[in-house]
Amino acid sequence: MKPRKQREFPNQPTPPHSSAAVNIIGAGLAGLSAAMTLAEQGIPCRLVAPMPSERAQSVMAEGGINAALDTMGEQDDPMEHFHDTMKGGAFLADPHAVEGLCRHAPLIVQKLCSLGAALQMKDGQPVLRYFGGQKKRRTAYAQSSTGKILMTALIDAVRKYEASGLVRRYSHHRLYDLLVNGQQCDGVQVADSYTGMVWFLPGAVILASGGMNSLFPGQTTGSVVNTGDVTAQAFVDGAALANPEFIQFHPTTFAIPGKRCLVSEAARGEGGRLFTLRDGQKWYFMEEKYPELGNLMPRDVVSREIEMIRQSGSGQVWLDMTALERTVWAAKLADLRQECLDYLGKDPAEEPIEVSPGIHYYMGGLWVDEYHRTNIRGLYAAGECACQYHGANRLGGNSMLGAIYGGQVAAQTAAEESSQCPPKEEHMVEGLTAERMIPTAVSQQAAKIFTRALGIFRSGEILSQAVTEVEELIDHETDRLQRNRLLLGKAMLLSALHRQESRGAHTRTDYPAADDRYRKTTLVHFDGHEMTVTLQDIPERRGEDR
Amino acid sequence: MKYLLEIWRQASPGAGSCFRSYVYETEQAGATVASALQDLNERPTLTDVNGVTDSKIVWACSCLQKKCGACAMLVNGRPQLACKALLSEQKKGVIRLEPLRKFPLVADLMVNREVLFAHLQEMKVWAESSVSVNDKNNALMYEASLCLQCGCCLEVCPNFSPTGRFFGMAAMVPSARLLMGLDSVSSKQLRRQYRKAIVDGCGKSLACQNICPAGIDIEQLMSRSNAVTLWHLLR
Repeated sequence: MKPRKQREFPNQPTPPHSSAAVNIIGAGLAGLSAAMTLAEQGIPCRLVAPMPSERAQSVMAEGGINAALDTMGEQDDPMEHFHDTMKGGAFLADPHAVEGLCRHAPLIVQKLCSLGAALQMKDGQPVLRYFGGQKKRRTAYAQSSTGKILMTALIDAVRKYEASGLVRRYSHHRLYDLLVNGQQCDGVQVADSYTGMVWFLPGAVILASGGMNSLFPGQTTGSVVNTGDVTAQAFVDGAALANPEFIQFHPTTFAIPGKRCLVSEAARGEGGRLFTLRDGQKWYFMEEKYPELGNLMPRDVVSREIEMIRQSGSGQVWLDMTALERTVWAAKLADLRQECLDYLGKDPAEEPIEVSPGIHYYMGGLWVDEYHRTNIRGLYAAGECACQYHGANRLGGNSMLGAIYGGQVAAQTAAEESSQCPPKEEHMVEGLTAERMIPTAVSQQAAKIFTRALGIFRSGEILSQAVTEVEELIDHETDRLQRNRLLLGKAMLLSALHRQESRGAHTRTDYPAADDRYRKTTLVHFDGHEMTVTLQDIPERRGEDR
Repeated sequence: MKYLLEIWRQASPGAGSCFRSYVYETEQAGATVASALQDLNERPTLTDVNGVTDSKIVWACSCLQKKCGACAMLVNGRPQLACKALLSEQKKGVIRLEPLRKFPLVADLMVNREVLFAHLQEMKVWAESSVSVNDKNNALMYEASLCLQCGCCLEVCPNFSPTGRFFGMAAMVPSARLLMGLDSVSSKQLRRQYRKAIVDGCGKSLACQNICPAGIDIEQLMSRSNAVTLWHLLR
């Protein structure tokens, strides 16, 4: 075998892109989707992320991706998908954005198939499964590893553009700072986690950095890398937050050291049943209380029901999957079964699994319009870090769809608007060195405050107390990262306090009913000193035939 | 239960290195090497068994449930994911943690695995035309989609070196997905790359069998992919 020339692994690729390149912060589904959209149009981009795409939280997504493909002969239609999404989100989402999402969903799944995403297929068409809040089978899937399978297909597709130079990866880089002048974002500073070097990257910025898990250490099903630090930095720099009080608790999770593990909604979609013990007998409470959708009610409803039982005398809730057929386990839920075996030492095909709700998704985030523009020019956001599509509660199967579609829309908008930027070159920032990043979370004290006040059931009294406590922590916090996180958490608390009603995933024990005066988007602004919370009207739908 | 974690400490590639030992106690069922590292780093002050204060341990993690491959390292000499390595399964309560040795060190237990992605790019692992997923190839394409790019299979491979011509199973598995789904015309370029970077270099030691944290049946995938590439060669 011929010896091969020693290859070097440069920390910084060359040559530099000009400011015409768009900067994407995050290399999960939303970031990859944005990169691919730009590259397909010949527009260069930089894909900045602390880790390679293979490590992004998107690979953890399990159950599936919604699209009204109607391959199951149920006369499904994108507008039914639209209505289910709006209803599931308690009519708090932007209807124009949601309509775009649902209408494009079939095209998106078909494109993923053409990229070789190994979804479950039959006769050349994706097989669809039932998911919560939807009466028709609409969720394309790959066992319970759908996120991994979609990510693999997209990673391979984007690789072609990496080779051509249109997509330049900045792996092991993280956002150091956004460069916001007034109401204009001119680029970013990113820090190399290996070397500590900081680089200035000019041009438009698409944030696709995921949720805000660092506020709830050990309580979430997601990645510890999705800290929310990017969202917090943008918020501190003047980007508005929208609906940050809406946190999705997935009803069926279990605790493992350091985090919570998800039992995919697919388990219930395939026939898994929730029960508790009442007078020593199994009580299938969801089926009795909600005969139409039963165990497949939207996640906010199921989580509330489970939490009520947990807080009452009986306490425990189990998910019974023992009646699922062997073929279902083999073809559709093999990964889930293995996970239960690995981490619980229990076989869900043989015995019920005890479950409880865990933080799974943040419906709120950076405010964006239907074109994924934040309130700062040149700054866009997509995926879980943005507030779009899901209103007060996200339907299962809509997160990956929202990330991919959102990435496409954000990229399209950035492409159309970024040509207005004056040309600048990227360069190393002299005299600035960043610390090596080891994922961290807020202090235990802060985590206790957020966890207690922002649970499934909330009250004005506890929220007010939490705001006071967090303000005290902010006053004494000198670390920039931790201070930003506390400010982000305070915004969540203030929003939850301001919304004096119960809607979707936000349940106030002191305001238990929905109030139409609050069928609006919560907006939080920070001017560097004060936070203000206001309500913004939901856009009326355009056109008469809708 | 009390454990002694012997951890490779090295601040940077050029710096001195040594094992430092830390006592870790937990009663949590299912505690893993990953959760132990998390807990050690959360201590206000990290001190070793001799009472010497240390900096936080540098290691990579993301999902903490064996879906992302970030936390691959040597646990008592065996490459595996820290989030999958149960403390209770380690012999005598002594656990030695080292970085993967086939990749350039960043610090402590963190290595730079960029070479994995460089290899995939060099092999042109992408599709220039539509990929077909059907009832026949679905199961194998699914399996080939699961590769974590963690590098465990390369760590044990006697034929792989980051600067060598053989790219190993971390390149074979993603290639297999496309080879199964592309027609013979569209896969021509990838088949050529595959023969050069995979078939020609694999010594069939089978060291990579049973090492994959994702449970990928490497032998089956490789035999199918080899068949696809070599059949065209012989035709």
